[in-house]
Amino acid sequence: MPIDIVALEKAIKRAIPVTHLEIEDQSSGCGENYAIVLVSEAFQGKTTLARHRMINDLLKDQIAQMHAFSQKTYTPKQYEELQAKEAAAE
Amino acid sequence: MFRPTLRSSVRLLNRTAPSTLVSSRLFAYRHLSDTVRSRLQSAVKAHPVVLFMKGTPSEPQCGFSRAAIQVLELHEVPPEKLQTYNVLADPELRSAIKEFSEWPTIPQIYVNGEFVGGCDILLGMHQSGELETLLENNGVIPKYEESSSETTTEKASS
Repeated sequence: MPIDIVALEKAIKRAIPVTHLEIEDQSSGCGENYAIVLVSEAFQGKTTLARHRMINDLLKDQIAQMHAFSQKTYTPKQYEELQAKEAAAE
Repeated sequence: MFRPTLRSSVRLLNRTAPSTLVSSRLFAYRHLSDTVRSRLQSAVKAHPVVLFMKGTPSEPQCGFSRAAIQVLELHEVPPEKLQTYNVLADPELRSAIKEFSEWPTIPQIYVNGEFVGGCDILLGMHQSGELETLLENNGVIPKYEESSSETTTEKASS
């Protein structure tokens, strides 16, 4: 059964505070391949591995039904820095 | 289990697949047996770098596994320090490793028995420079730091 973006978004927002969330369906519509960019203060003080484990656990049921799942996790501060860097590079 | 492609294809031939076998396997997936757990434990420690992937380094069967192997090649991880396992050749391994690492996707990478992460983490660490440090600190690749900083100093002083 394909997962839809709304279901993913709900599952994430229900569990943690979200500053910014991008969900990209990379499956050309079959719903089995998603990439997310997630900015949350819940990641503060956590290693990347711990953050990914947190999201993996949060989306356990959905990920089990997908072929591929890719994530980028930032704290609000990290994301600001990243955007500043990207803006400077342009 | 999981060791080589050859043995697992033999297993496929031997498989008679009555439904009881299937259900006991499913049960085993949910509750990783101590035997499987200890085998995986020694497998991830047997080589400095262990990569569970789809396909082989020369023929990866998935873009994420390809990316993982490319990053390791980029860092010139010596072949004798790297062991890869093709999870597509061994369905039992494919499920077991997910439960063992508590990680839902493939590829998965271990350095000196420590779980590092999947493709996203590996690429992220590569970009930030953490991967190089990790590989250096674990004696997987030689440290370049000294020689490169020396070069810089020489250039600066000359």
